[in-house]
Amino acid sequence: MLLLPQLVIVTVFFLWPAAEAVQSSFYLEDPFGFGATFVGFDNFVDTVTSTDYGRVARFTAVFTFFVTFLSLGIALLLAVKADKVLRGGSSYKTLLMWVYAVAPPVAGLIGVMLFDQHVGPIVEFFALFGWQMQIGVDYFDTSFAMTVTAVWKQVPVNFIFFLSGLQGISKSVQEAASIDCRSSFRRFWTVTFPLLAPTGFFLLIINITYAFFDTFGIVDIIVKQEPGNNPVTLVYKVFLDGFRGNDLGGSSAQSVILMVLVFILTVVQFRLIERRVHYT
Amino acid sequence: MRKVQILDHVILLLGVFFMVTPVALAFMTSTHDAITIYKEGIQFLPGDKFLENYETVLFRAGGFTKEVDGFVMLMNSMILGFGFAIGKIIISMIAAYAIVYFRFPMATFCFWIIFATLLLPLEVRILPSYEIVQSLGLVNTYTGLIVPLIASATGTFFFRQFFMSVPDELLEAARIDGAGPWKFFKDILVPLSQTMIAAIFIIMFVYGWNQYLWPTLITTEESLFTLVRGIKQIMQVWVGAQIPALNEAMALAILAIVPPVLIVVIFQSWFVKGLVESDK
Repeated sequence: MLLLPQLVIVTVFFLWPAAEAVQSSFYLEDPFGFGATFVGFDNFVDTVTSTDYGRVARFTAVFTFFVTFLSLGIALLLAVKADKVLRGGSSYKTLLMWVYAVAPPVAGLIGVMLFDQHVGPIVEFFALFGWQMQIGVDYFDTSFAMTVTAVWKQVPVNFIFFLSGLQGISKSVQEAASIDCRSSFRRFWTVTFPLLAPTGFFLLIINITYAFFDTFGIVDIIVKQEPGNNPVTLVYKVFLDGFRGNDLGGSSAQSVILMVLVFILTVVQFRLIERRVHYT
Repeated sequence: MRKVQILDHVILLLGVFFMVTPVALAFMTSTHDAITIYKEGIQFLPGDKFLENYETVLFRAGGFTKEVDGFVMLMNSMILGFGFAIGKIIISMIAAYAIVYFRFPMATFCFWIIFATLLLPLEVRILPSYEIVQSLGLVNTYTGLIVPLIASATGTFFFRQFFMSVPDELLEAARIDGAGPWKFFKDILVPLSQTMIAAIFIIMFVYGWNQYLWPTLITTEESLFTLVRGIKQIMQVWVGAQIPALNEAMALAILAIVPPVLIVVIFQSWFVKGLVESDK
C-alpha cells in the first residue's frame, strides 16, 4: 500500500511513455494524427542512415569527449590544489562549488552574452589574436562557446567529488608515500591518482550522461531556436524532430536509441560500483 | 616549499576567476542602462541603475512577456522547487520504508519497476510523456509541472540505503515497547534521517528550480512560467530588439541564480553530503 503513490507515478509517467516511444518508433504516423502505419524497422534505418543524424551524432561524440575531458581535468587539478593548501582551503571550496546551482539555460544565457558579437568581452579578446568569432553563424565558433559553457557548468560537481575522494585518502597512506618518494609530482601519479581512480570512473559516467542530456538548456539557448546550420546534440534533435518537425516515428526511434545507450551506461556504472567495493 | 604554496594559490585563484567572472560580469551588466551596454560593451564595474533595473524586472508586467512580471516567475520557481523537493522526499521515504521493512509478494518486482526509471531520463522520453500529460489534461497546471518530475528513483534509493543502515535492534526495541509500524516510522525513522532529509532537500530543490525542458513544454501560459523557463522568452526579445535590453535580461538571470546558490552556499556541508551520497 505504501508503495502505491510511487508505483502509480512511475507507471503513468515513466513506463507508459517509454512503451509508447518504443511502439511509435515502429510506426509511421501522420503528423495530424490520422492513423499510423506499421513500418517495422524503417524508422530506425532512416534515422541511422540519414546524413543529418550522422553529423549530429559525430558532434555529440566530440562535444561529449571535450566536455568530459576538460571538466574532469580542471576539476581534478583544482581539487588537488584545494586539498593541499594550508590556508583558505574552505573559501576556495565555496567559491569553486557554487556554480553547481546555476541552471544550464542561465549558464547558456550568460555564455551568449560573453560571446556576443557586439558586446562580448571574449569575442573582443580573441579578436586581438585575429580570430573573428561568430556565434550562431560559424559552426566551429558555436561549438566552442557551447563547450566552454558546458565545462564551466560541470567543473563544480567534479570538483566536489574529487575533493571528497581526496579527503577520504587516509593520512597514514600519504605520510608513508611522502617518506618513500620525495617528488610530489610522482607521488601524485603513483599513489594518489590510482586511489582516486574509482571516483574518476564513476565521474566519467556522470559526465557523459551530463554532456548527453543535461546540456539541453545550454544548447537550446546558444543556438537561439535556429538550429539550421548550428551544432546540436542528439537529445536536442529528438526534441526538434518531435516538436518542430512533427516526425513522431523518427523522434521515437531516436528516443529508443538513446534509451539503449543510457541502459548500457547504467550497466557499466553498476559494474564499476561493484568493482569499487574491492578497491576500498 | 614557499614557492610551491604560491603556485598552488595562483592555480586556485585562476580557477576561482574562471568560475566567478561570468556571473560577476552578468551582475555588473545588470546595473547599467541598455544604451551604455550597447555602445560600450559588457560593463566591468557596477553602474547606477541597480534599483531601477531590478524594479523593472520584478514588478513591471510586460517587461518581457507582456503579461507576467519577474515576481510571478520567482514565485512559480519557488513553488516548483519546494513542491518538487517536498513531494519527492515524502513519496520516496514512504516507498523506501515499504521496500525495506515489509515483506510482501512482488516486493522485488516493484523494486525493479522503480529501479527501471533510472534508465529513462526525461529527455529521452519527452514526446510520449508530453502526450500523456496532455491527454490527462494536466498541461498548464502545477500538478502537470511537478508530479511527472517526482517519479524518478534517486530519492527512493537514497532512503533505502539509509534505512538499511539503521540497526535492527532499534526495530526490535520499538516493537517490544509496543510501537506500531506508523509510530516506528514517525518517532524513530524520521528523526534519525533528519540530516539525510535536509541534504536531499537541498539537492532536489536546486534540481527542481533548474528544470528547463519540462516546464518549457508543459507551461505555455505565461502566468505559470518559472524564471528558468522565462529565459527562452528573454532570448526571443533579445534577438528581435533594436537595442537589446541586456541589462534587464541579466537582472533576470541573476534573479534565477541567487536563490539556489544561496541555499547551496549556506547549507554547504549538507549539500556536499547529499550530493556525494545520493549519486553513489
